Amino acid sequence: MKLTLRVWRQKNADADGAMSTYEVDGISPDMSFLEMLDVLNEQLILAGEDPVAFDHDCREGICGACSLVINGDAHGPERTTTCQLHMRSFRDGDTIDIEPWRASAFPVIKDLVVDRSAFDRIIQAGGYITAPTGSAPEAHATPVPKPDADYAFEHAECIGCGACVAACPNGAAMLFTSAKVNHLGVLPQGAPERETRVLDMVARMDEEGFGGCTLTGECATACPKGIPLTSITHMNREWLRATRKAAKR
Amino acid sequence: MTDYVTYTTGEPVADTKAPEGPIHERWDKRRFEAKLVNPANRRKHTVIVVGTGLAGGSAGATLAEQGYKVIQFCYQDSPRRAHSIAAQGGINAAKNYRNDGDSVHRLFYDTVKGGDFRARESNVHRLAQISVEIIDQCVAQGVPFAREYGGLLDTRSFGGVQVSRTFYARGQTGQQLLLGAYQALSRQIAAGNVELHPRTEMLDLIVIDGRARGIVARDLVTGKIDTYVADAVVLASGGYGNVFYLSTNAMNSNATAIWRAHRRGAYFANPCFTQIHPTCIPRTGDHQSKLTLMSESLRNDGRIWVPKAKGDTRPPNEIPEDERDYYLERIYPSFGNLVPRDIASRAAKNVCDEGRGVGPGGQGVYLDFADAIKRMGRKAVEAKYGNLFDMYQRITDEDPYQVPMRIYPAVHYTMGGLWVDYDLQTTVPGLFAIGEANFSDHGANRLGASALMQGLADGYFVLPATINDYLARHPHRDEITDDHPEVQEVLAETEDRLNLLLSVDGDRTPDSFHRELGELMWEFCGMARTDAGLRKALERIPQIREEFWRRIKVPGTGEEFNQSLEKANRIVDYLELAELMCLDALHRTESCGGHFREESQTPDGEAARKDDAFAYAAAWEFTGTGAPPVLHKEDLVFEYVHPTQRSYA
Repeated sequence: MKLTLRVWRQKNADADGAMSTYEVDGISPDMSFLEMLDVLNEQLILAGEDPVAFDHDCREGICGACSLVINGDAHGPERTTTCQLHMRSFRDGDTIDIEPWRASAFPVIKDLVVDRSAFDRIIQAGGYITAPTGSAPEAHATPVPKPDADYAFEHAECIGCGACVAACPNGAAMLFTSAKVNHLGVLPQGAPERETRVLDMVARMDEEGFGGCTLTGECATACPKGIPLTSITHMNREWLRATRKAAKR
Repeated sequence: MTDYVTYTTGEPVADTKAPEGPIHERWDKRRFEAKLVNPANRRKHTVIVVGTGLAGGSAGATLAEQGYKVIQFCYQDSPRRAHSIAAQGGINAAKNYRNDGDSVHRLFYDTVKGGDFRARESNVHRLAQISVEIIDQCVAQGVPFAREYGGLLDTRSFGGVQVSRTFYARGQTGQQLLLGAYQALSRQIAAGNVELHPRTEMLDLIVIDGRARGIVARDLVTGKIDTYVADAVVLASGGYGNVFYLSTNAMNSNATAIWRAHRRGAYFANPCFTQIHPTCIPRTGDHQSKLTLMSESLRNDGRIWVPKAKGDTRPPNEIPEDERDYYLERIYPSFGNLVPRDIASRAAKNVCDEGRGVGPGGQGVYLDFADAIKRMGRKAVEAKYGNLFDMYQRITDEDPYQVPMRIYPAVHYTMGGLWVDYDLQTTVPGLFAIGEANFSDHGANRLGASALMQGLADGYFVLPATINDYLARHPHRDEITDDHPEVQEVLAETEDRLNLLLSVDGDRTPDSFHRELGELMWEFCGMARTDAGLRKALERIPQIREEFWRRIKVPGTGEEFNQSLEKANRIVDYLELAELMCLDALHRTESCGGHFREESQTPDGEAARKDDAFAYAAAWEFTGTGAPPVLHKEDLVFEYVHPTQRSYA
């Protein structure tokens, strides 16, 4: 396959960026999208040009590092991560636009690489269960109903890639935040910190400059791990519950 | 032939930390004998932790909980992305919830046997003991393990064992365990007890007066190279499977931290012990950048086969039952498809070498779920393996519910690593290595679901207990600052190395060298190794290295985000490590576990160990790039598990 790529190039955080156009040839439909970019970069290096910077690591859809907006869609046309997108999703002669995540809370570092440390700070604000090493009771002391365990797992699948933020017209981080709130909140082990967790994480999310949620649902559509939109409504309920409880105290 | 093969044998190396006495009392005894640091004094100690995977994440969090000041590094943009996250199948623990005859002793026994009697008994026994605490710890953190309808934890079986002791979270166990450790670490970062440096890569170790006192690291965003000093350094930087270029490792996983530590005096043990995992998706072409694992748990229900006839190109569903060879079930009736990884991989290679492989190039075997779907129904198969099936379909564009999966072995894990004693301390005092970065627990072959167990055992429980002893005995009253002459010297050396890489301005890309080295290693130091092949590789590697320094092209500068520079610098270290791997493989003229020397096999093609000559761990001492290293042997003593020819038939 022969393709035309229009790629966002930006030297560093302070520089202005622009789209640059490149041609690549000999692309196999079995290649992953990132392997196609590898071909481009080998070409650029040999031509004495600066290769395109992009985040990637495991290339099997679980680390959450890869993060490209492809033809306007976070992670491209299929519901998966960029690294698991294959070139068979494209046609010979296609022109493909490749951009970084766009959100004011995710500043561009270089080309297609953005700074997602705001997500880490949301987790640091309360996305954990306080269980210092050595303090744990026997695992079977507290059975967890299977539906609750499955619900927790479904939300714990979030890989923190940020596609939800990139897809949201408001640049909101509600799906990411709610996934962790719901994962931990439904478990008996997470109950003692249930209220403080949601209040602290939401407050931190707001401080980081993410936009407000208007429930457009773009986030859940873009999420490669299928975190459901109801995750957000569940978090809203958790937040109201915690706020009322705090007011009563 | 280079003179690299004329290695010399030095003084033996021995673990001096494991106490004498009955094996099940040793860990308690060591913990009691180890000196403690007064809680009020812990704030005064700084510990550097490199890596944030299961081992590093759990160690950083636990050390901080204990009151130490932790400075932690990861090359990823977030600690949550360390490659432990990709582990699929599960984590072993001797809970015996199934009442199926499991026990700490059985897990210990299975691990020593599975490792083909090349691991240290004391360490393995401790690992089995701690395994039960790990599950408790992770459940308390909110790790959503699979559960049964009664609300209790579910388990499944893995290769090389006959009990069901593997706890799992669908096909994402590593992810869930890592997020547990990451969240514990996040809590400590928020509390100000851990200073985290993401997107920062360790490039060298600082040793002063014979003790590890810090590291040199590069900020991958700004390119700035800085020095960090501490009272002890913990390497949790993972394995070195990426020497092979194609592996199941993450693209950026690398050996630089452990190799640089080796160059500074830490012995490197059993570098040739690499694990080739039997169930990976076969490669599709030269563009391939990495290989994807299909969890070993699939072998619980999937049946592995190839056509009986050579060159049978019919689609799998058209090959009748009696023309299929379920070779693992045939050769190993009692373990069947659940033989250990090394055995399953070699068997796959053998049938492919016979010309019975399937798929493009005949480099594949079938992993068939038709029987499982008939027996359990598609729904049950979906619930158990759904995400793995999806992943397979996404990569290959084939539906494994309809046609059998095609799989082929790929480099997955490295049992070798920095030599450590029972305290997980390397031969450089104050330098510790945990998780895959050390060599300690898996011998010549790791059993499935044991890597997660070891990473977390080391990080949550072992290191935090043993490092106290070192810190208590060596209170560094001499304040070392960044302008100390020896710190500045290591910094200058690092800067020189990167500047040299940038200045060559040749005509070959970093990837082209990495690929070339990887192909060489796969051919001569992969699933089957021979004297002649290894010698050929040992001749070729220095030539590639020479060519590398003549023709490498690294665009850009060092003072910016430069992924080509990162890559090239990692390849510098692979080009030295590969040589040591080949030498280790050449010197060990026996077959054991993942190390198969064609000259040493039984009449029916199984690995033939030579216990009289090789019941030792080979710990190598660095003497210079391309210069013959010094071999230090650690004799392995088996008091509890008597070495026998492994039999899974």
